[in-house]
Amino acid sequence: MEDSVNLSRISTRSAVLVGALALTLTACSSDSESPTSTTPGATGGGETQSQELSGNLAGAGASSQGKAMEGWIAGFNEMAPDVILSYDPAGSGSGREQFLAGAVQFAGSDAALKEEELTAAQERCYGGEAIEVPLYISPIAVIYNLPGVAAENLQMSAETLAKIFNGDITSWNDPAIAAENEGVELPDLTIIPVNRSDESGTTENFVEYLADAGNGAWPHEVSGDWPVSGGQSGKGTQGVVDTVSAAEGTIGYADASRAGDLGTVAIKVGEEYVPFSPEAAAKVVDASPRAEGATDKRLIVELDRTTTEAGAYPLVLMSYSLACSVYEDAADVANVKALFTYMASEDGQARAADPAVAGSAPISDALRTEVMAAIDSIAVAS
Amino acid sequence: MAVSSPTTDLAPARSARHRGRLPDRVFHGLSAGAGWLILVVLAAVAIFLFLRAWPALSASAEDLNAISWMNGASIATYVGPLIFGTLLSALLALVIAVPLSLGIALFISHYAPRKLAQGLGYVIDLLAAIPSVVYGLWGALWLAPVLDPVFGWLSGTLGFIPLFEGYTAPARNVMAASVVLAVMILPIISAVAREVFLQTPRLHEEAALALGATRWEVVRMAVLPFGRSGLISASMLGLGRALGETMAVLMILSPGYAVSFFLLQPGQHQSIAANIAAKFPESSGLSVSVLIATGLALFVITLLVNLAARAIIARRAEFSGAN
Amino acid sequence: MTTPTPLARAATSAPLEPEPQTPSPLAPRGGRLPRYVPYAVGAASLVFAYLLLLVVASPGIPSVVASAAALYAVAITIVSRVVEGHRWAVDRLATTLVTFAFAVALIPLVSLLWTVGSKGAALFSAEFLTTDMVGVFGDMTSGGVAHAIVGTLAVTATAALISVPIGLLTAIYLVEYGRGRVAKGITFLVDVMTGIPSIVAGLFAFALFTLIMGPAYRSGFMGAVALAVLMTPVVIRSVEEMLRLVPNELREAAYALGVPKWLTIVKVVLRTAVAGIVTGIMLAVARVIGETAPLLITVGILTRSSWNVLEGRMATLPVFAYNQYQQGGVGVDRAWAAALTLILIVMILNLAARMISRVFAPKGAAH
Repeated sequence: MEDSVNLSRISTRSAVLVGALALTLTACSSDSESPTSTTPGATGGGETQSQELSGNLAGAGASSQGKAMEGWIAGFNEMAPDVILSYDPAGSGSGREQFLAGAVQFAGSDAALKEEELTAAQERCYGGEAIEVPLYISPIAVIYNLPGVAAENLQMSAETLAKIFNGDITSWNDPAIAAENEGVELPDLTIIPVNRSDESGTTENFVEYLADAGNGAWPHEVSGDWPVSGGQSGKGTQGVVDTVSAAEGTIGYADASRAGDLGTVAIKVGEEYVPFSPEAAAKVVDASPRAEGATDKRLIVELDRTTTEAGAYPLVLMSYSLACSVYEDAADVANVKALFTYMASEDGQARAADPAVAGSAPISDALRTEVMAAIDSIAVAS
Repeated sequence: MAVSSPTTDLAPARSARHRGRLPDRVFHGLSAGAGWLILVVLAAVAIFLFLRAWPALSASAEDLNAISWMNGASIATYVGPLIFGTLLSALLALVIAVPLSLGIALFISHYAPRKLAQGLGYVIDLLAAIPSVVYGLWGALWLAPVLDPVFGWLSGTLGFIPLFEGYTAPARNVMAASVVLAVMILPIISAVAREVFLQTPRLHEEAALALGATRWEVVRMAVLPFGRSGLISASMLGLGRALGETMAVLMILSPGYAVSFFLLQPGQHQSIAANIAAKFPESSGLSVSVLIATGLALFVITLLVNLAARAIIARRAEFSGAN
Repeated sequence: MTTPTPLARAATSAPLEPEPQTPSPLAPRGGRLPRYVPYAVGAASLVFAYLLLLVVASPGIPSVVASAAALYAVAITIVSRVVEGHRWAVDRLATTLVTFAFAVALIPLVSLLWTVGSKGAALFSAEFLTTDMVGVFGDMTSGGVAHAIVGTLAVTATAALISVPIGLLTAIYLVEYGRGRVAKGITFLVDVMTGIPSIVAGLFAFALFTLIMGPAYRSGFMGAVALAVLMTPVVIRSVEEMLRLVPNELREAAYALGVPKWLTIVKVVLRTAVAGIVTGIMLAVARVIGETAPLLITVGILTRSSWNVLEGRMATLPVFAYNQYQQGGVGVDRAWAAALTLILIVMILNLAARMISRVFAPKGAAH
């Protein structure tokens, strides 16, 4: 995966996806197993059917998914060139609103639908319900700018992080940090915490992690807005990365794929310190229970931030893909099904996981089975 | 500019009556209609903003509290610091930009050799049209590192003045934002001021020169009095643009919602326009209304600034040497 | 407004150079400083500033230049004061300050153009101008702004289509018909409209269309309406200036020949001013073509070309640049290249305006 995605994708993927497509198209009436088997053997004679897909397919929503979505759009268009597929990374709130208003066929959202939105979703989905599947799981990296520090990753517990970001620990050579990083020479430098200035799922997940795992060191409520005022901040991931890069002694949090040359923190899980990695991020999703209100169509997860599972990285962002279980138009059903099937397929997940694309964590096979079942239930209004 | 309408007394000759009556009326009606349309558009701006802002203005404190970034504030206490931040950044920008643009305008109009002046005039015109994203990109990636040592020095040596207290790197404070705003409005102010200075009556200048005045005395006695009202309206134009500038502030400022004069500290101020652009994407329903309500406040502020500018110019005009 | 000034400049700038040799009753009492003195003082202050900073701190180019400038201003004033007297000393100081103000202001402006030019060149190519972003993802360096150019042109043209007729007619009304309170009132409203911040114009278009078309409506037309609100007052202003420059004698001559007023306006006044009007409109277009904030909330972004202004999102250059910057990585390079493209378009518009005004200018009219 690390080195060969770009090279190998042409040969295997198109065959795989066409196969998946063919299955979804024929699966409308059948109750067969969902096409989780994405081996090339399943291809059959689907090539002609993929050509039949056409029309407009518009999505909008979370900007966190934006880069992965670009990769998926490119991949999807290779197999279904007649579908005009677009995704507007306008933000989760805007995406949900547009989806519920019927302006787009699918949406991306960093948060699950809220109570009142569920009723609106029923109306929008012609009496059906909203399908929510987690197709984008991305580790959030805690990034810092300390060129003088030799260690590969500084090690910190959630409690230390909470204290740093709350302004209780103000110097890099604070005993609390030193205790967790034995043998690392820490500079006598003021810590400059950097947060996202706009409302975002990244902030919400990070704050939730600090609140859940921080042993009470994080006194603020959890929301997508940063609660501490008077600090450095940046608009969007790029703004945070720019700000952290611009001065020594800064520490911030951002989508892991954008960490670049900056240092990243290994966070304390159980008794060990885990640096971010896609695999570690995927692990925590599997170890987490379903959230309240989850159904077989709403695969919403309550992330377990305090997990002690070895090698799991609980600081992750999950972004859901939203669609309807019922569409009025048969073309919409075919298009949405094909797209979601592709995004959930091993190939689609691998493309998003490419560090050059989005560096996300591929979903596990177990989760994929459930996702495929949910996608399969999409049908035309009777 | 102050030339009065030249033709209103020249009613068309009577002989044209039989040929031009109807088309004349239609044309008159059309152009008058376009004039009234301006009123309609302005009214529409106010009305539609108000309509969309109304849900927020009439919402209960409880509903407003549900918006996470309101932090329990009412509309008034939410808009207040934003208005302060908007005015502070725009006024700072004006303080920086006006003397410099006065220098540019005078240099081009009265100091530079003619050929150079024409070229410079063209470059300045071009800069006035550079999109604000570009200023934002430039400010965030080029200017901030340049300002960093300057701010560090300011805070270090003048830190005992609260204004310059507690600078934190990188340079993403209201001062940095104001510098970028100043650079943005420099071309606009100096382009207008230059045009006004160039229109100084030649007789005035020549008379002063004939009396043996130095160049500076010519400028002080002939050019500046004549151009004063023009310079003021140019500054107001710049202020208007600085008040409403969005992208540059959005990309440079670490925002905050305090009413404070710590110019070098991050996370203290935010402008209305940048706040709207930052919050808009993730907003829906009532929060959009709140943002539009802040937009309405911005509209009212620019209206007031405009009125103030007109009042100043009207008073000054009586004393100026124009006409 | 611009047309008459170069002529005036040509005449004024020559006598404005105060000649040291000119004998005058008010001539400086001690004679003038020789021409080389300012340069000598400048060089001396540079050296002195360098030495001074060498003692106090480590000299860098910016700090040396800055302190040398301050030293020069003080030194030249004192020298002039001693040799030439008070009035000339003040003049020297003023010249120094004006020149320095100009130089200081030039630094950011030049660095801005330089940064955009050099960083934009990294990805700027014919291919960049002719491809869109379909199928571009990850760290691919292909892709371009063809779709954003299309969108920018479509949206701006639509805005011009709305605002030019309104602006033209309003200006005609103000100059040719308006009188008394109504005209004054409209002039005031145009002033107010000039001051509308771009984000407010965007919010207005957003409020208007979402109230009528539903909350999810986005289209190029929506953005064009926002831009038209910003553009109309600029058009009115410049056209008004141009119409006022048309000499009254032309109108009187037409009336004397029995030409009805509307025909006089169309055939004589507008014909005479057409060059200036076209220039004014072009400059107004250049003013709004780079607006980002209103388009961000009304037009959105798209990866492919769309000419359909009435329905659906479009890509525009400013939003594209912002969007790409937000993506980071290659996107930042693309943002710079898009910014460069935008500046080039503005430059072309400016040049076109100048050419058109030269072509259209009626021979022997006005000037």
